[in-house]
Amino acid sequence: MELTLDILSWILMTTGGLFVLIGGIGALRLPNIYTRMHAASLTDTMASILVLTGIMLQAGFSLATIKLMAILVFLLLTGPTASYAIANAALLSGMRPDAAETSPDKAKTPTEPSA
Amino acid sequence: MQTQSANKTLRILLLGAFLAAAWLLWSGLYKPLLLGLGAFSLVLCLWLAQRIGAFEENSPLATVLNLPRFWGWLLVEIAKSSIDVARIVLDPKLPISPTVVDFKTICKGPIGQVILGNAITLSPGTVTLDVYQGGLKVHCLTEQGAESILSGEADRRAAAITDY
Repeated sequence: MELTLDILSWILMTTGGLFVLIGGIGALRLPNIYTRMHAASLTDTMASILVLTGIMLQAGFSLATIKLMAILVFLLLTGPTASYAIANAALLSGMRPDAAETSPDKAKTPTEPSA
Repeated sequence: MQTQSANKTLRILLLGAFLAAAWLLWSGLYKPLLLGLGAFSLVLCLWLAQRIGAFEENSPLATVLNLPRFWGWLLVEIAKSSIDVARIVLDPKLPISPTVVDFKTICKGPIGQVILGNAITLSPGTVTLDVYQGGLKVHCLTEQGAESILSGEADRRAAAITDY
């Protein structure tokens, strides 16, 4: 039982670390600020969920686990808010999304809500 | 008017009591320094919440209780789109097709719109660029991502837990 939990938490933490690495690679490879933000969100959502869940399994049923859950919730609430601030600032300061160059026909689709 | 300000005071006191309990239970230490820091952050939080108008309307308790259901669905979406984005990033050809979509949300209140915008940003591959008067501008890494946004599934789920 102990060993199963350990293995599971190692798997979670290693996959989390892998996602941090991939997020870093993506932030370097992708061409501009908007696309790089997608890579960064790999790191701050998927990776933090995996790593913190892995640590929770190590902590077991204790106050530490509840604190870790609270940290995860706060990270997942504040992360996208900060991302929005960055993306919105880029948009307002005149940085154009690259969509027009890559796919001219689909770049500006003022689509109706598909209700 | 009288009852409205009484309601507001009640809401401030409720949030204050909740924050105080959270601080005391989580720290578990009762030294004067820590209690002082706790009191300071409590007052700071209440002031900030008051400043953004959090006490002007009814507290969205039903929404908070509905959140876990939404999070369960969101977690699966995050896992799926994470794998998609990771695959794109590691692909030597880097097959991205950045797309911007504009759409009107069916969420009426500001809380629903915040939940929807944040959920979109949270899943890798889509970032909310702008929320203005019920309209969202979303940047997607691929056209498939744009299609999944336009299918309106997230919109419906966010509306379901906030508008009732």
